[in-house]
Amino acid sequence: MRLAGRPGAVFLALVAIALIVAPMGLKPHGVYLISMWAVMSIAAIGLNLTLGYAGQISLAQAAFVGIGAYCSAILTAKFGWPFGGAFALAAVLCFAIGWLLGYPALRVQHHYLAFVTLAFTTLVYLVLRNEEKWTGGTYGISGIPRPSLFGWSTKGGPAFYYLCLFVLAVVSWLTWRLVRSPWGRAFMALRENPLRASSLGVDTRRYTLMAFAIGSALGGVAGALYAPLVEYIDPTPFALGLSLNLLLMVIVGGSGYFFGPYLGAIVSVLLPEWLRVTDSLYLIIYAVAVMLLMVVCPSGLLGLAERLLKPARKEPVARAAAKAAP
Amino acid sequence: MALLQILISGLATGAIYALVAVGFMLLWQTSQTINFAQGEFVMLPAFFVLGAMKFGGMPFWLAIVVGLLLSLIVLGVLFKVLLVDPMLRHGVLPLVISTIALALFFKEGVKTWYAAEAQPFPALWSNDNLEIGGAVISVQNLVIIVVAVTAVLALQWFLARTRTGRCMQATAQNPALARILGVRVERMILYTFLINAALVALASFLISPIYLAKFSNGETLGMAAFIAAIVGGFNQVRGAIAGGLLLGVVDNLAASYISTQYRGAIPLFLLIAVILFRPQGLLGRAEERSV
Repeated sequence: MRLAGRPGAVFLALVAIALIVAPMGLKPHGVYLISMWAVMSIAAIGLNLTLGYAGQISLAQAAFVGIGAYCSAILTAKFGWPFGGAFALAAVLCFAIGWLLGYPALRVQHHYLAFVTLAFTTLVYLVLRNEEKWTGGTYGISGIPRPSLFGWSTKGGPAFYYLCLFVLAVVSWLTWRLVRSPWGRAFMALRENPLRASSLGVDTRRYTLMAFAIGSALGGVAGALYAPLVEYIDPTPFALGLSLNLLLMVIVGGSGYFFGPYLGAIVSVLLPEWLRVTDSLYLIIYAVAVMLLMVVCPSGLLGLAERLLKPARKEPVARAAAKAAP
Repeated sequence: MALLQILISGLATGAIYALVAVGFMLLWQTSQTINFAQGEFVMLPAFFVLGAMKFGGMPFWLAIVVGLLLSLIVLGVLFKVLLVDPMLRHGVLPLVISTIALALFFKEGVKTWYAAEAQPFPALWSNDNLEIGGAVISVQNLVIIVVAVTAVLALQWFLARTRTGRCMQATAQNPALARILGVRVERMILYTFLINAALVALASFLISPIYLAKFSNGETLGMAAFIAAIVGGFNQVRGAIAGGLLLGVVDNLAASYISTQYRGAIPLFLLIAVILFRPQGLLGRAEERSV
């Protein structure tokens, strides 16, 4: 009875059930794709915190996915670390580097910040490509093992998918708590008007660094899952293209909306695959679709949904007012 | 005399960067468009020319004219009307995403409908080398420097000395005030887009004979144009010129004397240093911040 009054909760429960049963009806490539969707959602959630909630434009998210991926790959494949340790270290390492990257954000804003973080992504890419001793250079690192957790092997596609889904669920829950906490409100204050926020006593310096660090840590978490998912990594996927792609996910889904990144990741990861039936044209159609989407709804898919739903809700009020007027 | 050779080829590359950076900066100034497709804008005109020759059977000179016209229409007018205008009032980010998608569209379009391999592009001038004081200098490079510098200086003169140019500057600095003073702001913005289209077409015709025409050419060029524009100063034409030339020379020097592996890193360090310590750029004015 309580659930019936909350359509949102019912819908979420249905989505959760669909996500849990999904691997049963899918071929291995399909399972791989929804695992990739989960991983990219995590990275996009991180960027949505930095960009959508705290208003700090970052084009560095790909670098953190890369750092996380290489961290987990090197530790598990070369040094035989357990996955849990490598995973935790990837998150902590990205948190620390993200914190440091926040310092430029204290000095510069908007497009300048975008360019600094863009340069950072390219520098990280160059290091990954050139430091062959550690990263294997352009040959990359192969044979990254999928972990066994508490005696449960995730070697199979569906098993690893459930691991990704579990991490996504935990990240989602933590993020949900975060954006509703005083911290989340401080982030939004930072986005809306940093000067006013600081005059109201919000420590903008600390929260700017925090926004970067937490968002980056989530990038690292996504990377730590990416490496065992693909089982082979080289520097190419972590170049600027991925940063732009993650930015696309956040903006297309709806920047600053909690569920934006999930939708955006669908558009970015799954839409190109669905378009593959058009053969060589699929990326062209994809590009046109994104442009059209931005022209029609610049606030993203969820912004469009809100725009379509809101007037419908307000209509009775307006009608009542119209009746009362004469 | 190796140094002289490196400097000349650096200046030639830098002159191309400057052309592209100036256009990039003009778009930003007048319409707050950060064009992430600027590199692809340079890649495309060469394929307009090649297409006109291949499918239209035109001679090279006519194809160049057609290529320029197509660039003005597609990269100038259509880009503004179809993409920038509808999105301008929604802030910078949706437009950034659209230009990223546009870059993908151009790249994949050329790859699918023309060719995935690098295409030879006819040279506008001879490929000979000159020997000056023991240094071997290619005529191509000299021509590039002369043409690009002339074009940018002419543009600078146009912006500073003609009535239309000044109206364009007024539009860039304060559109509301310019409109009150009777400047036709919309038209001035359109001119900016046309100038950008002409600049990238020129850059394309100059650079393609050397590096061949390939769908993926825009990636490095676009990045170089960003860096040049920021390093030089985001709000000054001469800043973008200086930034472009500096970047070309630094890039070539780094490749020869430091490390080919980390050659790409040097401009990025330059970029980060400039943004952190002199965000208005080497020659730029500080931007006023609104509260």
